[in-house]
Amino acid sequence: MARAVTTQRKAINTTLAWAVGLLIFFPILWTILTSFKTEAQAISDPPVFLFFDWTLENYAVVQERSDYMRFLWNSVIIAGGSTILGTIIAIPAAWSMAFVPSRRTKDILLWMLSTKMLPAVGVLYPIYLLFIKLGWLDSRIGLVIVLMLINLPIIVWMLYTYFREIPGEILEAARMDGASLREEILYVLTPMAVPGIASTILLNIILAWNEAFWTLNLTAAKAAPLTAFIASYSSPEGLFYAKLSAASVMAIAPILIMGWFSQKQLVRGLTFGAVK
Amino acid sequence: MTLKGAFFAASALVSVSASALSAEVLTIATVNNGDMIRMQKLTDDFTAKTGHEVNWVTLEENVLRQRVTTDITTKGGAFDIMTIGMYETPIWAANGWLVPLDDLSADYDADDILPAMRGGLSHDGTLYAAPFYGESSMIMYRTDLFEAAGLEMPEAPTWDFVADAARKITDRENEIYGICLRGKAGWGENMAFLTATANSFGARWFDENWTPQFDSAAWEETLTFYLDLMNDAGPPGASTNGFNENLSLFQQGKCGMWIDATVAASFVTNPDDSTVADKVGFALAPDTGKGKRGNWLWAWALGIPAGTQKEDAAKEFIEWATSKAYIELVAANEGWANVPPGARTSLYQNETYLSEAPFAEMTLKSINSADPLNPTVDPVPYVGVQFVAIPEFAGFATDVGQEFSAALAGQQTAQQALAKAQALVVDAMEAAGY
Amino acid sequence: MATQHSRSAARLMMAPAVFLLLVWMLVPLSMTLWFSFRKYLPLRGGDLGWAGFDNYVRFVTSSAFWPSVMTTLLIVGGVLVVTVVLGVLLAILLDQPMWGQGVVRILVIAPFFVMPTVSALVWKNMFMDPVNGLFAHLWKFFGAEPISWLSEASMQSLIMIVSWQWLPFATLILLTAIQSLDSEQLEAAEMDGAPPLARFFHIILPHLSRAITVVILIQTIFLLSIFAEIFVTTQGSFGTKTLTYLIFQRVLESQNVGLGSAGGVYAIILANIVALFLMRIVGKNLDA
Repeated sequence: MARAVTTQRKAINTTLAWAVGLLIFFPILWTILTSFKTEAQAISDPPVFLFFDWTLENYAVVQERSDYMRFLWNSVIIAGGSTILGTIIAIPAAWSMAFVPSRRTKDILLWMLSTKMLPAVGVLYPIYLLFIKLGWLDSRIGLVIVLMLINLPIIVWMLYTYFREIPGEILEAARMDGASLREEILYVLTPMAVPGIASTILLNIILAWNEAFWTLNLTAAKAAPLTAFIASYSSPEGLFYAKLSAASVMAIAPILIMGWFSQKQLVRGLTFGAVK
Repeated sequence: MTLKGAFFAASALVSVSASALSAEVLTIATVNNGDMIRMQKLTDDFTAKTGHEVNWVTLEENVLRQRVTTDITTKGGAFDIMTIGMYETPIWAANGWLVPLDDLSADYDADDILPAMRGGLSHDGTLYAAPFYGESSMIMYRTDLFEAAGLEMPEAPTWDFVADAARKITDRENEIYGICLRGKAGWGENMAFLTATANSFGARWFDENWTPQFDSAAWEETLTFYLDLMNDAGPPGASTNGFNENLSLFQQGKCGMWIDATVAASFVTNPDDSTVADKVGFALAPDTGKGKRGNWLWAWALGIPAGTQKEDAAKEFIEWATSKAYIELVAANEGWANVPPGARTSLYQNETYLSEAPFAEMTLKSINSADPLNPTVDPVPYVGVQFVAIPEFAGFATDVGQEFSAALAGQQTAQQALAKAQALVVDAMEAAGY
Repeated sequence: MATQHSRSAARLMMAPAVFLLLVWMLVPLSMTLWFSFRKYLPLRGGDLGWAGFDNYVRFVTSSAFWPSVMTTLLIVGGVLVVTVVLGVLLAILLDQPMWGQGVVRILVIAPFFVMPTVSALVWKNMFMDPVNGLFAHLWKFFGAEPISWLSEASMQSLIMIVSWQWLPFATLILLTAIQSLDSEQLEAAEMDGAPPLARFFHIILPHLSRAITVVILIQTIFLLSIFAEIFVTTQGSFGTKTLTYLIFQRVLESQNVGLGSAGGVYAIILANIVALFLMRIVGKNLDA
């Protein structure tokens, strides 16, 4: 029996949920609106909401000051590269944990997660010295590797939880049919795990995209991603709200759009595969 | 000569000139101030003249410091030119981390650099970073508000006059605050202002034996005066206001007076950004009659990390960016009022500049009245007006700044803040081995 | 049912990930340990020799140490409480039948996409600024004196900013968990005349315990090392100096790498204590 819901109750739910949703979204909405105002309108008292002279001037100023596409491209390569590399390394590990668990599996998983607790600032000097030795300073490859290592525990853990949902009998059956381990992973497991892998990749792209300590401290000009782009706007010079808003929108828009288009996979991803 | 021969000769010529000019790509770290952003826009002029290209790394001040310090101390080599200040230059130069700038071309006329700037950016008499712009601090005030209150600002006011005027002008109903001063914690934020102010009250960071002096009566007087003044006549939330926040408030017409960097003068008188552009007057930073004024001395300068492969190209850039020709380039593009101030003597002999920049005279007077070698009323073992040029200063001064900021926010008394400051500095100096 | 063959294969497949993480953990860790016993002052000539336990003693006896531990725990705890409580309420609300559920869900998850730096900048300047911020306008509209959020209510402000970023995460996990709840069980309880509160505490909350565990575990890992939000907003003033921020100050502002490294070791110890504590309390839920 389905729950009977009166229209009235549904209307109340809808109003309440929309109100809360808009409240949570409001800071982003306000930033977007402000980015189209002039600096004077951005601080006008009382604040103007929609009825102002919309202008694209702030975006032009920001673009003139910094070459947005270069930062964007670096962000794409670093976030994408580290996630894909991490996923390739994590899939076999997660597979073996899910299907050939041992007594230590859970300990290894928790140990992996615990490596994320090392405070980044404390190891800045060691890592910086290491990067100089390796010639990785201000290079995309260095950042791809560091971000891969940072997110690897999360990737392994998410994939592990997804893989565990796949019934073991199917693998048994494949094995009976004489499938090799490689075939088993490639033709049986992977197709079933694609949604889980997609969610994992999406979520980790976001985490890598937003990482702001290493991407800022290990780059200069060549490999600097959008986190460095925003660091040149993070202190005001005179009237600056509109320009700051424009720069902020430019920094978050790509990931916001990607997130919205892949909402369904992402919602799965956001749950870290931990809840069915 | 055959055609073939001519071709060979031509190609040989091309290869010779190419190697002589060998174009480089320079990576330059800089701060996101208005003058630096203007410099970025004009980079094409440099590329056209020398063939070298420039990659800019523009960062907010705190991020920049963190970035360049990490790179220079580890000899990382990520940058060919770094934008540094008067605090870093002598310390880094003493460690041998900067390329000396003693062989700049005659054209560049290094003797034209203002003596105060030159002195602050040198180590053992050698210049290690070229000033892009220099500043002191002074009072910027609203002539219309002073007139309305029946007050007249002397050229060299005392702190008592300033405090009295600030309280008279304050009109909280209409969001007019008598005085805007730095309150945001940081060695380059509130501590720059407070250290300079303390100098004029006869206080000092250390005595001749490097004993911290926050338990002195002079410091208590300084801090109490500042807290009382800000509570009576300052804007709300002053404990989070730094240079930029106050600039924004002043441009919106919410401050009666603002004591801060002289470079701000061109921002507050620029009608594009400022709503009070034609109502601003200038005066020297106040004193208490003890012989020192509360103004500081600072320069943003360009230095070359030792060990860079592109030293020659880097020098060419520095000569371009801090030259007289660059000043003229900016003047032609943006008007004389917007040229980088406080670096060269010749600028203050330029009639056009003096007539177009109403703040020029006061800026020069302020810069010349700051003395980094004798900053305080009583003798001190250190160099620096609003800082102490030792490596540990940035760390403990920021800690102290946080205590003073908390006092401004009303979370502790002046006495509590000073007691904590004393303990912090004693501890830090012990750790540094004094 | 795993064979010996598949066991060794499994070990082989786990090897790259384990090896990489081992290197990633051991190299910086051993370097941190090494530096923490050295007098290492980059601006005074670099490594100046053996320091014994000086750095450890100095770091822990500094007047900033215990407050910074408390601040760290307070921020982590505060954000956890806010996100879990609001997350549960929001999840229940979003689970109700309504029009445009998909759009509402998009609105709610959006903050998760925003870079911490950007969110801190936007909150600090456009909302919490005591003169031009939107909150100041709102307060003035109702005739109240605007609050300087970041100095007068620094911790609350910080917890609010961070909670805003993490609420989408908590909400979504909890929502997914609620959706898997057997609706017949709820209806049966409703028929039996169980009041809404009783239904919530006896049916919904126990069902959510595993999801709440996950929220707490993952968020704690990320929150212990929170940095950008503090760096942008208060820079550690007004009692917002966490252990991570204190280490940052020692290493980068005071340029004392030895002292900062000792702080790093303390931070690792604190993280492990918190982790142990978490495992004790909520770890069992993970097996379910």
